[in-house]
Amino acid sequence: MSGLFEHFNFAVVIILMMVGLYVVFASNNMIKKLVGLSVFQTSVFLLYISMGKVNGAQPPIIAEEDLHGASEGGHDVVAQGAHHAAEVLYSNPLPHVLILTAIVVGVATLAIGLALVVRIREVYGTIEEDEIDALDYEINLEGAAE
Amino acid sequence: MQLMSLFPEWILTHGSASLVVVPLMLAVLTALNPSAKIAWATVLAVTALCVFTSLGLLLQVISHGPIHYNMGGWQPPLGIGYYVDSLNAPILLLISVVAFLCTIYALPSVAAEVEPKKKGPFYAAFLISFAGLLGMVITADAFNVFVFLEVSSISTYVLVGMGASRDRRALTSSFNYLIMGSIGATFFVIGIGFLYMQTGTLNMMDIARVLQDIGPNDRVVQLAFAFIVIGLGLKLAMFPLHMWLPGAYAYAPSFFTAFLAATATKAALYLLLRFTFTVFDPSWDFVATALMILLAGLGILGMLASSLQAIFQNDLRRVLAYSSVAQVGYMLLGIGMATTLGLTAGYLHMINHAMMKGALFIAAGAFWYRFGITQVSDMRGLGKTMPWTMAGFTTAGIALIGVPGTAGFVSKLTLVRAAAENGWWWAIGVIVVTSILAIIYIGRIIEQAYFHPVPEINGKPVARNEAPYTMLIPLWIMALASVAFGINAEWTTSLAEAAAHVLDAGPNTVIPGAHDVMPVVPTVTGGH
Repeated sequence: MSGLFEHFNFAVVIILMMVGLYVVFASNNMIKKLVGLSVFQTSVFLLYISMGKVNGAQPPIIAEEDLHGASEGGHDVVAQGAHHAAEVLYSNPLPHVLILTAIVVGVATLAIGLALVVRIREVYGTIEEDEIDALDYEINLEGAAE
Repeated sequence: MQLMSLFPEWILTHGSASLVVVPLMLAVLTALNPSAKIAWATVLAVTALCVFTSLGLLLQVISHGPIHYNMGGWQPPLGIGYYVDSLNAPILLLISVVAFLCTIYALPSVAAEVEPKKKGPFYAAFLISFAGLLGMVITADAFNVFVFLEVSSISTYVLVGMGASRDRRALTSSFNYLIMGSIGATFFVIGIGFLYMQTGTLNMMDIARVLQDIGPNDRVVQLAFAFIVIGLGLKLAMFPLHMWLPGAYAYAPSFFTAFLAATATKAALYLLLRFTFTVFDPSWDFVATALMILLAGLGILGMLASSLQAIFQNDLRRVLAYSSVAQVGYMLLGIGMATTLGLTAGYLHMINHAMMKGALFIAAGAFWYRFGITQVSDMRGLGKTMPWTMAGFTTAGIALIGVPGTAGFVSKLTLVRAAAENGWWWAIGVIVVTSILAIIYIGRIIEQAYFHPVPEINGKPVARNEAPYTMLIPLWIMALASVAFGINAEWTTSLAEAAAHVLDAGPNTVIPGAHDVMPVVPTVTGGH
């Protein structure tokens, strides 16, 4: 049980991931499928962001007083920042950057998915998969007949 | 060596980057272009340039060895590097050539299938999909692979959905592909995330280097491998993760089906090869088991099940789509053997299958273009009404069956030799059985076309109505290639052998110029 609390964020990730996948597979409604897909993708965002955390570290932003100090003292800002970074522990910013990209990808996927659902609604008059299958059944059958 | 002098200096220095950047940039211009003709000409020019560039890269790799290109001058492992070697240079050339030939074919095909005002965006989406595939293959950065994978996938969903003006089932197929494809890509990115957790780097060679220190007994590394294989398995239509493929191939616009069938699964297969053999170590227990049981086993199952399913389809493109899943099975079987000969066979079949399937799908599109035919039972008399198109289809079909003297025979023979070398006699049995099944599903189509009388309309037989030259030329180039690679297999085999040697060498841990770069501090995984 204590393990669960130590890895609390991973527990959340796993729960969200499974909920998302279950909704994708179990629901009949196309919008709900897309919602499930988004939840599933969001769980991965959380997974990445948790791995950027470094124990006892502060956000990877160079503190303002250092910059001031550097400019007043006439030192090179970058050198000062690098010197500072060696002393203070920063969190890893790379996973955040990766996830920014992944969020954009997720939004694009969702947008295309919703656009498709709109078109499907226009053509079929429904967004329930079983009803669409029933509507297509005759065409499929016609195709299969010799 | 003399050939190299034909290529301008910039191809040798910045060719790797331009291969991805040029199609992406021109996609924007194409989308804004009001004239479909100009949009088409732009795509044709871009794909021709990419053929030229990738040929230059391939020749350079053959003569001078692997090319490392640092994006924006940032040294790997911190910066994103592009990497071209004998494993991916042929795939780059293959994708570019298929894209170029399909673009010629697109002129009549897209005019018939896509609404006029959507043509500009249609071509733009195609260029993005093309750039995404090239990017997936050329990049040496694991997260960059995911980005390009999604770039090509998202534009593919759009293009499949564009088939709706011909058949409304394109919409549901596209939606299913979107759901499955996104799950696959997300699985892949979870795998990359776990790898990053353990290695603290995203450069493939650097990952391989750190993984060698970590060793095969790390649970997170094993998990990462599982996620990556399943994610890529969905993308490459590994049986039984292939459910998106028949619908997407059957209802997409015919031009795009031909391109998709010839290239998309190959790019994903390349990634599977790259990750299993050069990032992970194929000598590790869990990798070896996955190769043997998962890839070879599922490959065999896919060959049998999908070949059987292909026989019972009546939609021509669904027959070809199920056959594609079966052919992916052949490639997976070769890869699963993990011997030099097996890898050569798998790689060879990737090249040969692209030519054969491209030709078959182009012909299938031409049948629809002239007569609106999608069903096998409607193909009666096509041998007389479209003799040249049908002859091209038959040539590629015979190559697909694997008749001696065709490309399909060469790759199947190599596969049989590899199986015999491994002592997998049952695999040889399966190859023979599935080839017989291929005779049935291709033979059924050819029988309809040649041995049935031409159908009559109002008492008169249907007149001869050949496909336009813009369709016949790419069709015949691919069909003749699938024969030429069978009669003289020297060139393709040498490419495949070079690729197999790269894979044989195991993990690639060499990053040029990276020794003076500060080592990346491994991340501490959080929340403790």
